[in-house]
Amino acid sequence: MSSTLNVLKPTDFASDQDIRWCPGCGDYSILAQMKKMLPSLGFSREETVFISGIGCSSRFPYYMNTYGMHSIHGRAPAFATGLKSTRPELQVWVITGDGDGLSIGGNHLMHCIRRNLDVNIVMFNNSIYGLTKGQYSPTSPLGHVTKSTPRGSIDNPLSPCTVAISSEATFVARSIDFNTKHLGETLKRAAQHRGVSFVEVNQNCNVFNDGVWSHMTDKETKEDNVLVLEHGKPMIFGKNRDKGIRLNGLDPEVVSLEQIGEDDLLFHDETIESPMLAMLLSRMKFPEFPVPIGVFRNISAPMYDQSLNEQVADARQEKGEGDLMELLHSGDTWTVE
Amino acid sequence: MITISEELNTTKPSTEIAGATVRLAGDSGDGMQLLGTQLTNTSALSGNDVATFPDFPAEIRAPRGTRAGVSGFQVQFASEEIFTPGDGLDALIAMNPAALLTNVQDLKESGILIVDEDSFAAKDLKLAKTDVNPLDDESLSKYRLIKVPVTSLTRTAVAELGMSQKHADRCRNFFAMGLVFWLYGRDLTPTLRFIDEKFGKKPEVADANVRALKAGWNYGETTEALATSFHVNPAKLTPGTYKNIMGNQALVYGLVAASKLSGKDLFLGSYPITPASDILHELSKYKHFGVRTFQAEDEIAAVCSAIGASFGGSMAITTSSGPGIALKAEGIGLGIMMELPMLIIDVQRGGPSTGLPTKTEQSDLLQVLYGRNGESPIPVIAARSPADCFDVAHEAWRVATRLMTPVFILSDGFIANGSEPWKIPTEDELQPIEISHPAGTTDGAEFLPYQRDELLARPWALPGTEGLTHRLGGLEKEDITGNVSYDPDNHQHMTHVRAQKVENATELIGDQVVNGPTNGDLLVLSWGGTFGACATAVQQCQARGHSVAHTHLRWLNPFPKNLGKILSNYKKILIPELNTGQLRMLIRSKFLVDAEGFNKIKGKPFGIAELVEQIERQLTT
Repeated sequence: MSSTLNVLKPTDFASDQDIRWCPGCGDYSILAQMKKMLPSLGFSREETVFISGIGCSSRFPYYMNTYGMHSIHGRAPAFATGLKSTRPELQVWVITGDGDGLSIGGNHLMHCIRRNLDVNIVMFNNSIYGLTKGQYSPTSPLGHVTKSTPRGSIDNPLSPCTVAISSEATFVARSIDFNTKHLGETLKRAAQHRGVSFVEVNQNCNVFNDGVWSHMTDKETKEDNVLVLEHGKPMIFGKNRDKGIRLNGLDPEVVSLEQIGEDDLLFHDETIESPMLAMLLSRMKFPEFPVPIGVFRNISAPMYDQSLNEQVADARQEKGEGDLMELLHSGDTWTVE
Repeated sequence: MITISEELNTTKPSTEIAGATVRLAGDSGDGMQLLGTQLTNTSALSGNDVATFPDFPAEIRAPRGTRAGVSGFQVQFASEEIFTPGDGLDALIAMNPAALLTNVQDLKESGILIVDEDSFAAKDLKLAKTDVNPLDDESLSKYRLIKVPVTSLTRTAVAELGMSQKHADRCRNFFAMGLVFWLYGRDLTPTLRFIDEKFGKKPEVADANVRALKAGWNYGETTEALATSFHVNPAKLTPGTYKNIMGNQALVYGLVAASKLSGKDLFLGSYPITPASDILHELSKYKHFGVRTFQAEDEIAAVCSAIGASFGGSMAITTSSGPGIALKAEGIGLGIMMELPMLIIDVQRGGPSTGLPTKTEQSDLLQVLYGRNGESPIPVIAARSPADCFDVAHEAWRVATRLMTPVFILSDGFIANGSEPWKIPTEDELQPIEISHPAGTTDGAEFLPYQRDELLARPWALPGTEGLTHRLGGLEKEDITGNVSYDPDNHQHMTHVRAQKVENATELIGDQVVNGPTNGDLLVLSWGGTFGACATAVQQCQARGHSVAHTHLRWLNPFPKNLGKILSNYKKILIPELNTGQLRMLIRSKFLVDAEGFNKIKGKPFGIAELVEQIERQLTT
């Protein structure tokens, strides 16, 4: 690592390219928090790589003064797999969106996550296709009226965090574009996790899906509609912190703290091996429930890139560095004089 | 314990022959491929030139005894240099009626036909969908039919071991092998060594196979049906050390060698597909050479992971066959746009769609050249034979890294699974591949990722290098800076630059060579796996006094600089291809010559005789 790390500033991570997102887009906030957070990680610019697919979010690498790749639609995790497997010392970020990552690229996302590749995946979820000008996405709610669904969407939506947990993700978190402090902290925790990190960022598209997350961002309603997850703490929310989440059988329920004591609430534990708590939280949806943000799951497991390189090291240890002439002469040979 | 060294000498007379073409045919579970491989290796070890052609069904276990389930292995061994597995068969070994009926038409008149007569019961005939027993009528009278009770003799040979009949019958192929080895005077030692290595941990199985093998040999020695055995002298090959090698194996050796010689660890992103999977299997064994193999979730992830590895500075490879290449198209386009070196290997099979997975064809040429959106030029090299795959891998990686471009390698099912002797290169013959990366800098100067050298290659700057941070992507690049550009003139310029860069490969690949007269009546122009058949057919025609020459294309894009001049020196041009005329279309459009085609799309390679006939027809019309 470079010896000049401690002097890197957020502006050092800014490239000289003009940013072409629409004015007011939530992507600006994510970019700002990323630049602000990166200097704290101990990686130099040149040790950092951003890889994206296609879509509004995927323009992200152009705006970072790091190494980067703006690849093809949905495939960013696959490019990241090749890079990280061969250059495990690099810090690799995958930037994707709800269409890029869950629709055309769903397969790669699932497999990258289940392999526990040591990369950080950030999914900008605005529940719409922005760059193609407003078709519904895999996270758009039923009934959503868009250019391609004039009578409302009939596709059952996916929850990105549920997909990640189902794919055995070892780190899963959710944050919100305009909750800048929470977003910065969440990105940092994702970066610090060893193994795959999946972060869903609820992001506003002010042109094609304005206000999609307003229940989580409007001053008047956000505290009643957002549950901030904190490891080891009871699940309490509300403007007056007077509501909580309790387990009733296998289902969560909202209870009033006037009737139920804190000790009877669900306590958050990121680190339990079983994915059931994280799964349950990922399925809590507005308006029945407050939407959880923060770290759902944070466990440790073998990493694909590390295991692959260990196999190479072990083979070299056992057999010695491969000898080409020995290889070419292996098996039955004969000599013509 | 097996006694490995077995000196068995026949007491019968032995006839010297120049060579023979033998086909072993049986059920796909009968072990015909194993039998064929042993016969080939033993023939090669005795110094014969060999060429093989395995031919098996796509199903792992097609219904037993049926025609669809027949698995064949053809080998030609000779005391002179040969380029093909042979046309007409000198001998056919058929383990059941289905194998007999689907193969006997390739047997020469008076050819030796050995059948397992125990496998011609009513139920076997029914499975092969025949009402009459071909052993009982006159249909086989033009062949030297030798009926051998292979199954019952095998059972007798292993009877002492008390095996189940099912297990005993699994040794039938070794009985047949012993008989064939007797017929062609082959040494049993290499096969005994093989049995020891393969079945050493199951002594009973090893013992049974050895008994069956020797019983087969002894049958040849005692049966009155065979009065003489045959003897094939060693071929006069170029001095050196040889091994018998299959195309996919040679490709793997070539890739590992290119990796070592360029100082680059190898990364393979691949998804299983016939007939390319063996490359993945083989490479995954060579981790101590710094080889990393990634079995991806699909073909797309396979090519994309390779591009990611190339960005990181590895020797990046993806392997597939036609259907998988179709899926990789968008990724290959990105590789072309980002100008990163990579090898894309297409082991062609019969198409379209799933087509004929285990059969050979040359029908992906236009796909690899043009099967992408936009103007996306890419160099394409094609292997001509199993052993040639070694050199092709090296040459392709040299061009890919020198020009900073993905390169296609075309092989096919015939090359991939066929085998021939390969002269192992000496250390001096292995040329290093020079690769350079720009060094880091702290001077703050802007790095220009699309600045080019004299051959138009851009620099390969690796992540981790200080001062060279840059972003690559699929959007059009501004010349020199590599920034995103929508400028119309820039797009036209960059389109031409990418095309010219690929064209510049002509500076690296050498001139086209002609075999035969430098001008004359007919030029046979071939590419890929048809080399052996075309070269042999032209040689035969030249021996008959015809004015015919042969030239074989190694690079399909770009064409060598002197190709146009060569084409203009002959009255006629014949392009034989295992497709409907893909190279012919390219040659006609680029050189405006009236090339004729000879096209076969049967999932089978060319025979020499049919090519000779075609050449002579061209010369007389």
